[in-house]
Amino acid sequence: MIETSEQTNAPEAGGMDRRTALKVLGATLGAAAFSQAIAPLTEWAENMSLDEYLQKHYRELSPVDLAMVMARMEKQTKEQTGVDVHIQDYRPQPGVKFGYALNLSVCVGCRRCAKACHIENNHDRPSGNSYIRVLEMEKGSLDLAKGRVNYDHPVPHPDKFYMPVQCQQCDKPPCVSVCPVEATWKESDGIVVVDYNWCIGCRYCEAACPYHARRFNWTKPQVPAAEINPDQGYLSNRLRPQGVMEKCTFCLHRSRQGKLPACLEACPTGARVFGNLLDPESEIRWVLKNKRVFVLKEDVGTQPSFFYFFDE
Amino acid sequence: MNKAEINDQVTSYRRFLWKAVRDATDGSAWFYAWMILLTALALVGLHAWAVQVRDGLAVTGISDHVSWGLYIANFTFMVGLAAGGVMMVIPAYLYHDREMHDLTIVGELLAIAAIVMSICFVVVDMGRPERFWHMFPLVGRFNWPVSMLTWDVLVLNGYLALNLHISGYLLYKRFLGERPSPKWYVPFVYLSIFWAISIHTVTAFLYSGLGGRPLWNTALLAPRFLVTAFIAGPAFIIVLLFILRRFGGVPVALRPVQILVNIVRVTLLINLLMVASELFTELYSGGSHTASGHYLFFGLHGANALVPWIWSAVAMGVISAVMFLRPDVVTKPIWLTVACALAFAGIWIEKGMGLIVPAFIPSTLHEIVEYFPSLMEWQITAGIWAWGMLILTVMLKIALPILRQPHPEPNHAVSRENASVEADLPPSLAHSQR
Ligand code: SF4
Ligand code: SF4
Repeated sequence: MIETSEQTNAPEAGGMDRRTALKVLGATLGAAAFSQAIAPLTEWAENMSLDEYLQKHYRELSPVDLAMVMARMEKQTKEQTGVDVHIQDYRPQPGVKFGYALNLSVCVGCRRCAKACHIENNHDRPSGNSYIRVLEMEKGSLDLAKGRVNYDHPVPHPDKFYMPVQCQQCDKPPCVSVCPVEATWKESDGIVVVDYNWCIGCRYCEAACPYHARRFNWTKPQVPAAEINPDQGYLSNRLRPQGVMEKCTFCLHRSRQGKLPACLEACPTGARVFGNLLDPESEIRWVLKNKRVFVLKEDVGTQPSFFYFFDE
Repeated sequence: MNKAEINDQVTSYRRFLWKAVRDATDGSAWFYAWMILLTALALVGLHAWAVQVRDGLAVTGISDHVSWGLYIANFTFMVGLAAGGVMMVIPAYLYHDREMHDLTIVGELLAIAAIVMSICFVVVDMGRPERFWHMFPLVGRFNWPVSMLTWDVLVLNGYLALNLHISGYLLYKRFLGERPSPKWYVPFVYLSIFWAISIHTVTAFLYSGLGGRPLWNTALLAPRFLVTAFIAGPAFIIVLLFILRRFGGVPVALRPVQILVNIVRVTLLINLLMVASELFTELYSGGSHTASGHYLFFGLHGANALVPWIWSAVAMGVISAVMFLRPDVVTKPIWLTVACALAFAGIWIEKGMGLIVPAFIPSTLHEIVEYFPSLMEWQITAGIWAWGMLILTVMLKIALPILRQPHPEPNHAVSRENASVEADLPPSLAHSQR
């Protein structure tokens, strides 16, 4: 520094040259420091292929493109984990709109649905992630502020009731309209999906969702090879990349094949009812007709496809 | 225009750029120390960001509960600063105030630096920054006009382009020693004034349109954003003018400072009124809809991480408002600088930590998970600020010779010590007074 100040004060002949030399030196040092600083970026870029980087939006991929993409992903999983997974693109069926109802009178708060979701959907193990949060509620009140998720005692507690919350597959989903790149959308059977390879990770949808239904991959999700569920849907439970959004898909890789969501199968009390809202004979339609159902936060205008009811 | 003329234009433009580079990299020891400090900070931030991209946003304190933090807080603040920068322009052009005219360029350069910083804060907040192209028209899918964020992208980039054009054009014309032609910049200046309002309004809509977040769900949000912008922008510029006078030999007239002081006096009070009415609503109505506000000001069920922040912001707001009321404040640079710094810091807290974070606490399912920025987040944030100041310094260095011209009415000038500075002006820029 002192040297530089002498320079400034004494612009004798040749001073300009020394000054230029100092500038060049500074620029060189700066460039070296710069490349050091961005070194982690180079490490990170090594793990990404050009195909992956240039991949188009899900809805712009031709069936051939998509098949290639899925084959590439299967191969990648094989290389990284040694597991043979099978990724498929399950499409919505015509004449189907899914609805879900939950009987709050019989739910005991055992959290088995949340656990089943964790396993079925290849969730990150260390964080114990799940699309379902079970709230322990004060009897006589539907005020969420009185609910607690981190209860830790034998269930059911006599003074409480339990309310699992997951994505409500809203008919007016705020999460979809806010997304700047259309990486999330509502499909014809009512399921709101995310293209994990298109999402830019801005988390605007997470801020917009009134039900805490969205989950972000803060880091690359970790699933031990032996625990990976190999039956995977492209838009649902395939292994997610780091830095993108995900959410409950009503297990579309199951439900679009006529199976039931994993959370429903795991429920020991039969509190969960799932089915086609367009089929007048379905159990879900029976519930909607014969029980007094309600939706969560009706006032925010999201029009959920997820309903709650009490027996009495 | 024939070929020779175009060639001429290109050569003189090249000379202009070359001169700009030279001006921007020459200076005193203080200047070098300042630039080295900023570069070092920017590099630390860059490194932290590179690590964040590699390892994921898990290195931050942000979570599924509080999904936006320091970055988006700073983004919001920067948009305000950018809008506020153009405050200098309004009195100058609307009232044809000649003294303000030259100084408007300071505001425009500040706006450019602030917009660049705001865009940086969005980029570092992204989980997949390399997918930025997904937003580009044609190759990507731009969810316009439905998504508010796409509007914000448009208005911010438009604003950046506008200000680059205006200041670039004015500087270039001065370099050529020509009088700028009004038709090439005056319409743009008017446009930029409206645009300044729009960038901030649209940014407010980003938040206020979200039905699930009661704290943001208020019609007062956009007006409050504007008012705070009209505090932070002028406060920053007042201090900047003092710095330019002290280190850059720029004569600063009393009148522009007085106008800015008048603006801040009023907006500080309006903002305090708005904070007070918000506080009143929290205290008086209660219920779960006001839980976020309650958390912010008083804490909730023992969680109170933001309480010290917001009360310091309130204290800074009150103290600076009182300091600004002193009638002769314009002639007391130190007093005024302290008042500006307090006002600026107060708004930074209020609009950042005080506005973004509490909207997530309690969460939409009323869980209380608090947020503490991680060291990495602070590094990245400081890095972007340093980067922005670097840009601002370089741009001001280039503009300095223009700013150094004495004003037409000498008795208004506060500083008269610019004679010696004038002497070492490069000939091409020491053009005649018109
Ligand atoms: S619950 Fe949330 S994530 Fe699911 S559709 Fe509604 S807004 Fe979107
Ligand atoms: S996080 Fe992804 S899905 Fe959500 S709004 Fe941003 S880009 Fe869209």
